[in-house]
Amino acid sequence: MSDTLALSPAAAAATPGEILLAARNLSVGFKDEDGWTDVLKDVSFTVRRNEIVGIVGESGCGKSLTALSILNLLPLRGCRRTGEIRFEGMNLAALGEAEMRKVRGRRIGMIFQEPMSALDPVFTVGDQIVETLRTHFPLTQAQAWERAVAALDSVGIASPASVATMYPMSLSGGMRQRVMIAMALVCEPQLLIADEPTTALDVTIQAQIMDLLVDLGRRTGTAILFITHNLGLVAESCTRMLTMYAGQVVEDGPVESILARPLHPYTAGLLRSLPNQQARKSRLASIPGRVPSPKEMPVGCRFAPRCTYAEPPCHEPQALEAVGERHVRCRRSTELHLAGAVA
Amino acid sequence: MSDVAASPEKILEVEDLEIVFGGRHGKAVRAVDGVGFTVRQGETFGIIGESGSGKSTVGRCIVCLLAPTAGSVRHAGQDPFALSAAELRKHRRSFQIIFQDPNAALDPRMTILDSVCEPLVVAGVGNAAERRRKALQMLDRVALSAELAERYPHEISGGQKQRANIARALVLEPKLIVCDEVVAALDVSIQADMLNLFADLQRDFDLTYVFISHDLRVVAHISDRVAVMYFGKLVELGPADVLMTAPLHPYTAALLSAEPEPVPAHLRARQRIILQGEVPSPLAPPSGCRFHSRCPRAEARCTVDEPEWRERAPAPGRMVACHFAEERLPPVQ
Repeated sequence: MSDTLALSPAAAAATPGEILLAARNLSVGFKDEDGWTDVLKDVSFTVRRNEIVGIVGESGCGKSLTALSILNLLPLRGCRRTGEIRFEGMNLAALGEAEMRKVRGRRIGMIFQEPMSALDPVFTVGDQIVETLRTHFPLTQAQAWERAVAALDSVGIASPASVATMYPMSLSGGMRQRVMIAMALVCEPQLLIADEPTTALDVTIQAQIMDLLVDLGRRTGTAILFITHNLGLVAESCTRMLTMYAGQVVEDGPVESILARPLHPYTAGLLRSLPNQQARKSRLASIPGRVPSPKEMPVGCRFAPRCTYAEPPCHEPQALEAVGERHVRCRRSTELHLAGAVA
Repeated sequence: MSDVAASPEKILEVEDLEIVFGGRHGKAVRAVDGVGFTVRQGETFGIIGESGSGKSTVGRCIVCLLAPTAGSVRHAGQDPFALSAAELRKHRRSFQIIFQDPNAALDPRMTILDSVCEPLVVAGVGNAAERRRKALQMLDRVALSAELAERYPHEISGGQKQRANIARALVLEPKLIVCDEVVAALDVSIQADMLNLFADLQRDFDLTYVFISHDLRVVAHISDRVAVMYFGKLVELGPADVLMTAPLHPYTAALLSAEPEPVPAHLRARQRIILQGEVPSPLAPPSGCRFHSRCPRAEARCTVDEPEWRERAPAPGRMVACHFAEERLPPVQ
């Protein structure tokens, strides 16, 4: 099935481990009557080839904004982006819109949460995939259609030739999301950004879609930046994870080691607040308080007001520091012994 | 109907419930097809199912927002559908429902306090001052301050709105509350707060919950007993702990295995069952067992014989609808 997608046979032979995307000190601010407010602040992380990196955090932590700022899908006015986004030798943050168009959809694919709003209701599924292909490759209509059908086949759609002639409204939610994945991967991007791709789906369909994504990522060598609020999905599909809180990365490292022993109290808090079988009917631990609004961001550690481990020095600004193979934004990370996830 | 057979501890009895939508001009959809269960006073009864399983339709019928096509719903032995409109209005106070979307449930033009007072106005309880006092008391109980009570829905967070909805349902002192996906729209730490609150309120007000959700973890955490719905039918029912650890129906097993676990790989003991295919169309339900088109265990007879809804001995209180429930399914987790 994998060769049906291959436009260039070299695409699958990516060297594992090489850095593909590196965001450095990425900040995004919005302007209103009170002036500029930074909503993302100094976000730095890397995605390596063949890697699946999960970004987790509660709503309003800047997960989706990080994805949008990589693709420069931010509003044209009243919005500023600073920092660097290194991708395949380019700095995406310095590219103009015309160049960015060659990256979007071609080198970086994207899938969003709600497939129905991402698909155009008045064109057939096949036409929409053909449009993507012909934007980036010199293909005839017939060639592109053939590839579109092959792409639908590769995402496990039965009778792809007839589905290609259908409109999005005649497809189920799971099928639409498969179409979105086919469309995102048809140009064989180096990186796929998937923002809550399964949130609107039922759990049995979610399992199918996640399986498909992980499998396609592995076969085509596409790295995936996977944004979700579901820690279970990250645990089961990702190799590395970033925890974001209030517009910053607070923890970054291999999934297995973070789950076993989180170093940031916020990551630990997220893990603890999940209901689990052993403690049925018992009280759940929650994180007191709320994510501060961007205008009332604490000067020091942004999590300190909600953190049970906060001390007076925590109210000083806190940098993201390397701790072994991980990065943590907490001055007490090495002295705290936070509990990890339990089955 | 005869009201004598009322057992005091059975607060809700649902029997052979059938709800059919449409049919006069288009094709009829049998959203609920022969569902039956009883809920005891003070219990939390969970209903799990995917979208389109009919779980919300059952929930709406329990609180008389929908009339059954066939079968019956009894509230503490009484048939609410046999009541006159005026009697039903009064009766309804004891059987409340809370919905998923806290935004849609609150009127954007009313303050939180007014929204919580509204049910009291409709029920004709007390005078304005008494109603206000009562509403504030209830808001305080769900941890919303008097200052927040004066705000409009858009001025408070999603979690706070859901608290306001809970206060709104509680202010009439109901006996039973149907909670339909009440925590689905909330972040995990807020969800945890909310589940704790539900547990506290149950203890303080001697409430009975019918807790409907697609989230297994949530249902398993809060419920005493859990029913699993697929395509308008119950496929399994049992105590939450045994159902979650040793499911009898292949669909329950698949649901459990599909739920991603946020634990390191070495703690993940269970085997993944990925169901093939899509949920069938409600306009053309599969013959025989409705799950056969996606079931990993299905045999030829499943396409013809509809499995009987039966108690599975020797485990008392465990009901299942599968021809092969006697085989031990692999334990999950």
